[in-house]
Amino acid sequence: MKKVVIDEAKCKGCGLCVHFCPKSALAMADRINSRGYHPAELVDEASCISCGICGRVCPDAVIEVFKP
Amino acid sequence: MKQVYAVPKSLRPVPTHYCPGCTHGIIHKLVADAIDELGLRDRAVGVASVGCSVFSYDYFDCDFQQAAHGRAPAVATGIRRAVPDAIVFTYQGDGDLASIGTAEIVHAAMRSENITVIFVNNAIYGMTGGQMAPTTLVGQKTTTSPRGRQPALAGQPLRIAEMLATIPGATYVARVSTTSPAHIARAGRAIKKAFQVQAAGEGFSLVECLSTCPTNWGMSPVDAMAWVEKNMIPYYPLGEFRTPEMPETPERGQANG
Repeated sequence: MKKVVIDEAKCKGCGLCVHFCPKSALAMADRINSRGYHPAELVDEASCISCGICGRVCPDAVIEVFKP
Repeated sequence: MKQVYAVPKSLRPVPTHYCPGCTHGIIHKLVADAIDELGLRDRAVGVASVGCSVFSYDYFDCDFQQAAHGRAPAVATGIRRAVPDAIVFTYQGDGDLASIGTAEIVHAAMRSENITVIFVNNAIYGMTGGQMAPTTLVGQKTTTSPRGRQPALAGQPLRIAEMLATIPGATYVARVSTTSPAHIARAGRAIKKAFQVQAAGEGFSLVECLSTCPTNWGMSPVDAMAWVEKNMIPYYPLGEFRTPEMPETPERGQANG
């Protein structure tokens, strides 16, 4: 399981999680979801520190964060 | 793996109709978090207002009632008095609370009605297409103030938290922002405290949340958050304007409901 689990189908691609991630571990994906948005995805799991900021700033409650 | 952040249980797992980056979603989560943490879900009754947040009854997993425009504090008063065990909160935007509903909110505070008000201030009418609100900043462009708000014509923006803090019955009044992780954490603590004030029967509590409207402001969600910090916070200072810990004043009202 990844440290950051994103419900891509509900993501609206606002980019707040990407902006506030202190380790730049997230990015907007090139693909689009069924609603027509580019979802956020975890691209650099090694640098993720599981701080939970992405989950807290997500307005659509699509992100859950785990710590190994 | 240990879970560091989970979606609050008091929110239904459904997509919302809010625009991308709208901070209504963040404030919904903070309210749901407070209800979860205080174990109030079985007793919570929300009152939805008119505006973008009208559909909040579909998003919170607790009892909900929809009120006429601006009348959420009056409906909440009725629920709180008829069901004394209920924890009643309203969720209102600035078009609802600061405009058509100004009378209801002032008198609910005046009576120290034992309810919690979540007031979302994004300085514009979002749902109807971005018209000027009472909270629109001087010089801010909207569809009904295309050259910016003119104080000579429309007056100064209304500071709800400061105004209500002068009312004896208002027990807890705070203004928070939702524009950075640190602000969001502080906002969560203020909303939790507002519910604690009600649960303790101490009277009226209101948390004003500075919010963004990326769509009607014509900005990206990230730029809109920076705009709040640069323009709104200087006019709408953050902090607690009234708390139960403040020294009792002779005119402090008796809690009702």
